[in-house]
Amino acid sequence: MAEELRIVLRNYGKIDPLNIDSYIALGGYKALEKARGMDQKGLIEEIKQSGLRGRGGAGFNCGQKWQFAYMAPAEQKYVVCNADEGEPGTYKDRLIMQNDPQSLIEGMAICGYAIGANQGYIYCRGEYPYVVEVLNQAIAQAKDKGVLGDFDIEVRMGAGAYVCGEETALIESIEGKRGEPRFKPPFPPAQGLWQKPTIVNNVETFANIPVIVDKGAEWFAAIGAPAYPGTKVFTLTGDINNKTFFEVPTNTTIREIIYKLGGGIPGDRKFKAVQIGGTSGAFIPEAQLDTPVAFDAMAAIGATLGSGAVFVLDDSRDIVDVVTRIAGFFEHESCGKCAPCREGTMRTAALMEKIEAGEGANDDIALLEKLGRVMSYSCLCGLGQAAPTPVLSTIKHFKADYNAKLL
Amino acid sequence: MDYQGIIAKYKDVPGGIIEAYHAVQKELSYLPEEVIVEAAKIFNMPVAEAYGVATFYSYLSVEPRGKNIIRICESAPCHIAGAAEVIAALERELGIIMGETTSDGKFTLEYTECVGQCQSTPVITINGKPYAGVSPAQIAAILAEYR
Ligand SMILES: Cc1cc2nc3c(=O)[nH]c(=O)nc-3n(C[C@H](O)[C@H](O)[C@H](O)COP(=O)(O)O)c2cc1C
Ligand code: SF4
Ligand code: FES
Repeated sequence: MAEELRIVLRNYGKIDPLNIDSYIALGGYKALEKARGMDQKGLIEEIKQSGLRGRGGAGFNCGQKWQFAYMAPAEQKYVVCNADEGEPGTYKDRLIMQNDPQSLIEGMAICGYAIGANQGYIYCRGEYPYVVEVLNQAIAQAKDKGVLGDFDIEVRMGAGAYVCGEETALIESIEGKRGEPRFKPPFPPAQGLWQKPTIVNNVETFANIPVIVDKGAEWFAAIGAPAYPGTKVFTLTGDINNKTFFEVPTNTTIREIIYKLGGGIPGDRKFKAVQIGGTSGAFIPEAQLDTPVAFDAMAAIGATLGSGAVFVLDDSRDIVDVVTRIAGFFEHESCGKCAPCREGTMRTAALMEKIEAGEGANDDIALLEKLGRVMSYSCLCGLGQAAPTPVLSTIKHFKADYNAKLL
Repeated sequence: MDYQGIIAKYKDVPGGIIEAYHAVQKELSYLPEEVIVEAAKIFNMPVAEAYGVATFYSYLSVEPRGKNIIRICESAPCHIAGAAEVIAALERELGIIMGETTSDGKFTLEYTECVGQCQSTPVITINGKPYAGVSPAQIAAILAEYR
């Protein structure tokens, strides 16, 4: 265990990302050809049986989702790739797109065939203009080669809004509107882009598809944790020796990621906390480090796998300072559509600042906890629902840090 | 500048207003009022809606900005890696504070959240180009490339 296993990053460093021939030379586009030889139902069943679950955070069974879109009757359907990658500390989708854009494109084309869509969109965050260039070149080469058949892909660039990673906000943004989440249901596989059946999958999810089609569902289902099979790409930041990325099977533990792959904490400092899955993830204490990173194991300790960001803090760090900054993030990124989040993120940030400034009392902590609970069930989308997690998890596990700053 | 020409290119792109705004901003570094009025006309929506789109996204600006936009990531990984010292160095070097534009119109300082270059922190970007793992001591040399 704790060995790297590269499935989505299988071509990393092995191909020239700007030359489709080097991708094809390593077996690229064989999977698409194979998929097109299968009937759509059989192909979807294969993806379902592989157990692949979305890598964008929600962990929904990929084949299941495709089936919904396949069954929705419509003339026009869409395949959308979520390349908004807004979670602080995350850059794994960028790695895939910059180093192996064709595997994403091939995955999308396979999805297009499966659900009956001939138009795809890649929604790439505005922070990655240089990735947009790579994608456009890669798409042009795939079209020239004729490998995509009648499937077409267009790249759209976001403009600096974290909430646009939420799939319905992303769809609104492609439609040229403010990126505010929609009420669900209807879900995108029934009514998505321009109200047509739409599959939204993460970059890493799509990058898994060609390999699964190529090697089969059984092969994939046997890797990692049975309920969330395969690998996950992690990006390590904060107080860690190896500030880099790793792709590991999903039954790897948090401790193995930090100490074996990550090389542990620099200097003679000690571990204090780790936040996994991005800025809305829970802060995890030492006692829970033997948890496997797989989706459900993380959920069982009130944490998330999320985007696979691993943000480590050593014992010199001030948790209240870090959480105050995170509260500022959510205040800024709340889209303002619903009151519990618009007001709640603002109040949370104000309370955190008050405590950070040494002006808070026990009552403020109680207020933060109550507000957080209300937000977690009353906010419209995942942003507001998850925003209190860093606050609540640190009050739970690192109360002493708060107490030290109270009046 | 022929902003009409730029916007017109996206006329037949469904939902293309954001792409059109990006294209105009590449030339002007912000979106003047007449651009928003023109976009509303081309994309067949009320001006209020076109304005609403322009003000929703933090990378679009309806206020004039400098020629070079410097953004400093303040997300948690960059925050604990010393983003504050980099900010101080930038402010000192340019003689402005965060959110301001230099009087010669060359530089604007803005905050941003994570730009996805966290393999080496803290991170700044200039006109979208990332500089990862910057230290206050490097700031003068980096700015020299744009002066
Ligand atoms: C606030 C918010 C931000 C999100 N950001 C992203 C993102 O950057 N990338 C992503 O793939 N999914 C993101 N998601 C999850 C998407 O809504 C959606 O579940 C995902 O794209 C589905 O793809 P998957 O099934 O392949 O994971 C976000 C969700 C929320 C609520
Ligand atoms: S929860 Fe927040 S981000 Fe989501 S819709 Fe409500 S205001 Fe917008
Ligand atoms: S946290 Fe600063 S670039 Fe990612």
